[in-house]
Amino acid sequence: MSTRTLMRGTLTLTMDTLTNPLQYGFMQRALVEVVLMGIVTGAIGTYVVLRGLAFIGDALSHAIFPGVVVAFLLDRSIFAGALFFGVLTSVGIGVIAKNQRVREDSAIGVLFVGAFALGVVLISSTRNFARDLASFLFGNVLSVSESDIIISALVGAAVLATLILLHQQLLAASFDRLAAQAMGLPVFWLDILLLVLISLTIVVSLRAVGNILVVAMLVTPPATARLFTDRLPHTMALSALLGASAGVIGLYISYYQDVAAGGTIVLVSTAAFVTAWLFSPSNGMLATRILRRPLVVAGGEPEAQVVLESPEIRSHER
Amino acid sequence: MSDMAPARREVTSGPVAAADHDSCLVLRDVAVAYGRKVVLSEVSADIQRGQVVGVIGPNGSGKSTLLKAIIGLVPLVSGKVSLFGRPASAARGRMAYVPQRELVDWEFPVTVFDVAMMGRLPSIGWLKRPGRRDVGIVEDALDRVGMLRHRREQIGRLSGGQQQRVFIARALAQEADVYLLDEPMTGIDTAAQEVILRIIDELKAEGRIVLLATHDLASASCACDCLCCVNQRMVSYGPTEQTYTPEVMAQTYGGLPVIMLNRADGTLPDVHAHDEHTHAHEGHTHTHDGHTH
Repeated sequence: MSTRTLMRGTLTLTMDTLTNPLQYGFMQRALVEVVLMGIVTGAIGTYVVLRGLAFIGDALSHAIFPGVVVAFLLDRSIFAGALFFGVLTSVGIGVIAKNQRVREDSAIGVLFVGAFALGVVLISSTRNFARDLASFLFGNVLSVSESDIIISALVGAAVLATLILLHQQLLAASFDRLAAQAMGLPVFWLDILLLVLISLTIVVSLRAVGNILVVAMLVTPPATARLFTDRLPHTMALSALLGASAGVIGLYISYYQDVAAGGTIVLVSTAAFVTAWLFSPSNGMLATRILRRPLVVAGGEPEAQVVLESPEIRSHER
Repeated sequence: MSDMAPARREVTSGPVAAADHDSCLVLRDVAVAYGRKVVLSEVSADIQRGQVVGVIGPNGSGKSTLLKAIIGLVPLVSGKVSLFGRPASAARGRMAYVPQRELVDWEFPVTVFDVAMMGRLPSIGWLKRPGRRDVGIVEDALDRVGMLRHRREQIGRLSGGQQQRVFIARALAQEADVYLLDEPMTGIDTAAQEVILRIIDELKAEGRIVLLATHDLASASCACDCLCCVNQRMVSYGPTEQTYTPEVMAQTYGGLPVIMLNRADGTLPDVHAHDEHTHAHEGHTHTHDGHTH
């Protein structure tokens, strides 16, 4: 009986822990915002990871910064400003990558970090320089307005719809670019489209995690999902789930510990990755490096090793 | 068709197309450059339905480049490629290309079935999902290369030969008229090589055109009706009996030593160019004909 009371007490405590923050409007809005952000970054991030675009994602997030600042200074929607610069940069990267004399990473280093510096200089003219800069760089999810959420939802829906509608084409162009091009797919424009979608996603994530940390949300959840999945739609779905979960868990932790939400969300995501990297049953360090070795030694037969290494067995494990 | 025709002339009318009926794939003075450096020139060939053409030559001779030029992956600096009397650029979906295996990220999260389904893309078109018919065609294609039972496996878990068979299945699923295979036999097991040779025979019997870029002169000479010998420029093009000669091989392989070997039974000779990818064939009587330089 006393055990039951204790259990009920614990349960109530847990429920309270979850519901308490929700009495505040800003927490409700923040929660919706991080879930939206987590889903969209997780989905598009799968392409960022598979195509090796982490550096380009970083560049994009830097390059849209002056757009955000200009819109902020002119008191216009930061979404519009960021979107304009994001699309401009996406096309810019695509065009520069076509010229083989300019190495892509050099171009990114020169132009887009330059753009970022422009943003910093512009924002340094404002009175609340340090605070404004910090909120752009690291997000300020507790200040999300309803109109921010509506825009995030619309932009996020557009990104997801594009990913679903063009799934076959994007998949083919990402897996085997040459063969896709040979089939007549416009791989150059699909690349540009992908960069535009990434820009849009960064814009959606600005409020939640900010300019700098968004790269982590584009890379970490998909990299984690990659350890468990063998088909792109599964990777995307799991990655979206991981992104949204990291957003929610991170937000709660930041509420109770009174620390920055954006950073906490990224740290939760990072922790999930490290855990998966160690313990994933199919691809984790523990499974592939430690558990498998003693099994073969203990078996003592050469066949044991062959069986363990055969693709059929490994695919059954999953 | 006239050689004087401009490079990109649209030929849509009946008579010209009819005159070209025998020669389905026509290359006229094709030249390709990377930047300002011309890497391949003077390629002309008339290829009929049901013909298997081997593209042979030493490393860096332009074998891969020729295939890429035909399918439009690299622009022509001069000449033209036409398929059924129309510019090849207008018939991309009708040509299936199997690139070299090294160019693909095998860790990509796609299954065998997903990869083969990519061959249906030109037919499915934009904003549509694969239908039941597409699924049937893909399963047939996988069955033909003996990979149907692996359909749910991630592509990276297969052996090199199995991966190559899946790529062949993707090309088959495209139901193309022309198949361009870039080094399909390089670095794969003999079982997969046999599957690929069998598929080439089947495609030939179905009246399709196969272009096979290869280092392996022995299988090229057996499998191909014609050889297109290239070394920066086209050295020779013609039926295998006429091009597979010590003189042409010496010209094609330039300064490289070429050993020509005859089979004891007096059939077509096996030729081995000394090249890191060429494997010596076991079981042949290696009657030595001589080094040519």
